[in-house]
Amino acid sequence: MITYSFLQHYWWFLISLLGGILAFLLFIQGGQTMLFTLSKTEDERRLLINVLGRKWEFTFTTLVTFGGAFFASFPLFYSTSFGGAYWVWMAILFCFTLQAVSYEFQSKQGNVFGQGTYRAFLFITGLLSTFLIGVAIATFFTGSDFLINKGNITNQLAPVISQWQNSWNGLEALLNLRNLSLGFAVFFLARTQALLFFINRVKNQAMEARFRKNLWINALPFVVFFLVFVIWTLLSEGFAIDSATGIVSMEKFKYFTNLIEMPVVLGLLLIGVVAVLYGIGRSFISINFKNGIWYSGIGTVLTVCCLFLLVGYNNTAFYPASPNLQSSLSIFNASSSLFTLKAMSLVSLLIPVVLVYIIIAWRSMEKKRTDINDIKNDDHAY
Amino acid sequence: MELMDVSLVDWSRAQFAMTAMYHWLFVPLTLGLGVIMSIMESLYVKTGKEEWKKAAKFWMTLFGVNFAIGVATGIILEFEFGTNWSNYSWFVGDIFGAPLAIEAIVAFFMEATFISIMFFGWKKVSKKFHLASTWLTVLGATISALWILVANAWMQYPVGMEFNPDSVRNEMIDFWSILLSPVALNKFFHTVLSAWVLSGLFVMGVSSWYLLKKREVDFALKSIMVASVFGIFSALLLAFTGDGSSYHVAQRQPMKLAAMEGLYEGKTGAGLIAFGILNSHKKSYNDSINPYAFKVEIPKMLSLLAYKDPNAFVPGIKNIIDGGYQTHNGVALSFEEKQARGKAAIQSLANYQKAVNAKDTVDAALHKAQLKENYAQFGYGYLDKPEELIPHVPTVFYSFHIMVLLGLYFIALFGLVFFFSYRKKIEQAKWLQWICLWTIPMGYVAGELGWAVAEVGRQPWAIQDVLPLQAAISSISTNSVKITFFLFLVLFSVLLLAEVRIMLKQIKKGPDKVV
Ligand code: HDD
Ligand code: HEM
Ligand code: HEM
Repeated sequence: MITYSFLQHYWWFLISLLGGILAFLLFIQGGQTMLFTLSKTEDERRLLINVLGRKWEFTFTTLVTFGGAFFASFPLFYSTSFGGAYWVWMAILFCFTLQAVSYEFQSKQGNVFGQGTYRAFLFITGLLSTFLIGVAIATFFTGSDFLINKGNITNQLAPVISQWQNSWNGLEALLNLRNLSLGFAVFFLARTQALLFFINRVKNQAMEARFRKNLWINALPFVVFFLVFVIWTLLSEGFAIDSATGIVSMEKFKYFTNLIEMPVVLGLLLIGVVAVLYGIGRSFISINFKNGIWYSGIGTVLTVCCLFLLVGYNNTAFYPASPNLQSSLSIFNASSSLFTLKAMSLVSLLIPVVLVYIIIAWRSMEKKRTDINDIKNDDHAY
Repeated sequence: MELMDVSLVDWSRAQFAMTAMYHWLFVPLTLGLGVIMSIMESLYVKTGKEEWKKAAKFWMTLFGVNFAIGVATGIILEFEFGTNWSNYSWFVGDIFGAPLAIEAIVAFFMEATFISIMFFGWKKVSKKFHLASTWLTVLGATISALWILVANAWMQYPVGMEFNPDSVRNEMIDFWSILLSPVALNKFFHTVLSAWVLSGLFVMGVSSWYLLKKREVDFALKSIMVASVFGIFSALLLAFTGDGSSYHVAQRQPMKLAAMEGLYEGKTGAGLIAFGILNSHKKSYNDSINPYAFKVEIPKMLSLLAYKDPNAFVPGIKNIIDGGYQTHNGVALSFEEKQARGKAAIQSLANYQKAVNAKDTVDAALHKAQLKENYAQFGYGYLDKPEELIPHVPTVFYSFHIMVLLGLYFIALFGLVFFFSYRKKIEQAKWLQWICLWTIPMGYVAGELGWAVAEVGRQPWAIQDVLPLQAAISSISTNSVKITFFLFLVLFSVLLLAEVRIMLKQIKKGPDKVV
């Protein structure tokens, strides 16, 4: 039976999956922050830019889909968070705007600001966007400063129903250490993944040695920050919903309880974490191992997806309101109507088709690893 | 709770309009140039002639530069519904979010996937696979246009929804009526065709520049031939769909129509203004000052176009506010009546919420019924004065008329160029080459003006009759919006500057040495 609740769970699963894929694809942004550290010559730099640049559209499209899917399935989140945590989201968008043109423009004549400027943009936006997305996602666990009152709509003079309670509009999330730890974790994860991606795609011995050398400098902080965030979260209170009354209250070890009560999620989370660590560890130990990105990539998708499931399933409020718990958003009170979810679910059946053509296209393009000559012989190279 | 302040609404509008207008500087070229270069690549695959490949690749390079900045501006728009129109996003997210999500799933991924084969796959995949990728990239872009325009059309003509007082939100009840809404379909064709026209003008203009410089003559002649055929076909259909747009506007947004024509006092057998200048002394909708300083009118044409009857009554701005004239579904209500019903609807909603909280089911049912009765005018409850109903008439009037005149001019130009190029005389006709060159910006002007007609003309509504702007807004400080407005203004302008310079450089280099 397809019930309302089933569809709400289904859509939260899709959001979680998109979140996971997005976190994985952030390796492009992570790579941008290392263009200078990893290359010694202009040819090498160009190689890195091109290897990354041919994928930039995917992170974008996933981000847009993530936003669009949220809008369609949980509109109350879309309106509350984007309209409230205004500055954080605007900063992220600003980064993405700059980044979109930087690949295409940096190597072109007449680009006004010179190649160096666009590459600096790539660096800055890579850094900020990964970090800020991490911080923004952490607020799902730590809470935000807003209130919701649907009665406002009948107040002709102040009809807005979602009201942020401070004028920092989201920047206050940067003052919370737990948020920061996820921000840093995502940042270092993105860099680690970028290194694994380079190891897989770039054909150049000298550079490959550099990729491997940089691996632990990034992987270690990632593991530390990630563990800080996860352990802290599992030990802290969570935002529980009483399934009978819908009342939200603080519950000790809520996220830990969720893990125990959802063994599948627990299992996938563990597999994900192990896969990430395996991908990194083996790449570090064995010089001949080049497929680390596949393990850590799939691991990242699983892990992040599970973190989302943890905060949305099992009667948990996924976007908690600190000033008044009862304003918190859950998959039940923030979702679209049954009809919309049904219609959208039909559309979601197209997703496998999309995946299939992405895979076909990707494989047809990535038969061989890329080296400097490939770039030199390509008349559309960045 | 802060009171909504007028300047917040205005700054949010400015920000949205600015982003949208920048987005629209790049989108049409993506849509149209995409088709043109796909046609050229098809000719290459069919004939095996390298010149066609060279031509396709040249236009593709320009496409790439333009595409990147189209994406950059689009991503901001997508999220601005949340950041700046949060009440709107929640009130209609149930309906409006769906097309945006579908757009991303079915269209953007297609675009993103195949564009990388199109650009980087020349040596990696077979000719046919490459050609298919080029077409799929363009198809993706066009499907994305369909969905976003479905969303936009729905704001102009909300269908397929029902208000649910429990969730305090409009909910979708009929997906197909939203997708197949006649307004949406017409808008899709008009908009996409306008993009094709713009790109036809672009290709013709750039090629003419080569002819003027006596460079790349063979390439330029080929491109002009393709562009002029493509252009005539698009421009004729464009005018035809534009007529369809006017018809829909007349049926569903009579105030917009009145503003488009500067029509204050309605009449039967109304004429169409072919050319006019508004009288700047007109201060109020109900003073007796003549709205026109000068006009050339085609008799009975407006009635004919708008209602398919040369003697039909077309209501003017004053009539729409005063009500009392006959429409196809009864006598029109006056502003005061609509406002009273709107206020009653809002009050019923408040009473309903109170009754539900007090668990008084009988009372709740009563208020719910009253709400339903008046819901059609819900949005009027937020308005104070009749003047708020009137969009900025000069903007809408001039935008509309200039767009239409340009549309007719484009048809003539494409026709002329096709004729010359068919007769192989285009190479000698320097004057025509100059005209083509200088017409490039006109395509952009017409497109932007089109949006001004559609969007400014719909004011004060975010969703026609249901939600006015001041109730659609996010509650943030005006200063925050001002700051982001200027940040984005500077960013977009700077990127536009870079884009234009890169394009010019690529064009100067010519098709032999692109990159
Ligand atoms: C008629 C066509 C049309 C219209 C009216 C709009 N767009 Fe657009 N949009 C496109 C046609 C398009 C396109 C041709 O498909 C673009 C341009 C360049 C590109 O990459 O795709 C695009 C890109 C684009 C992107 C980047 C997609 C990516 O990452 O690949 C986003 C997020 C949006 N748009 C969102 C919007 C929103 C929220 C709009 C409404 C206000 C809007 N667009 C109006
Ligand atoms: C890309 C081309 C578009 C252009 C050039 C454009 C133009 C404009 C303009 C000029 C305004 C400001 C009107 C005013 O404040 O007087 C506006 C507002 C707006 N438009 Fe568009 N528009 C475009 C596409 C769309 C689309 C496709 C949608 C919906 C999907 C849309 C939704 C809105 C909204 C929500 C507002 C803000 C509320 C308002 O001011 O009415 N626009 N647009
Ligand atoms: C030839 C005569 C033309 C007529 C009669 C015409 C008519 C119209 C009308 C009535 C609208 C408003 C639709 C609405 O509010 O929903 C409109 C919008 C628009 N027009 Fe035109 N137009 C013409 C030519 C052009 C040309 C030459 C271009 C650009 C190259 C263009 C581009 C647009 C665009 C982009 C819009 C906004 C999207 C939309 O609402 O469909 N039009 N047109």
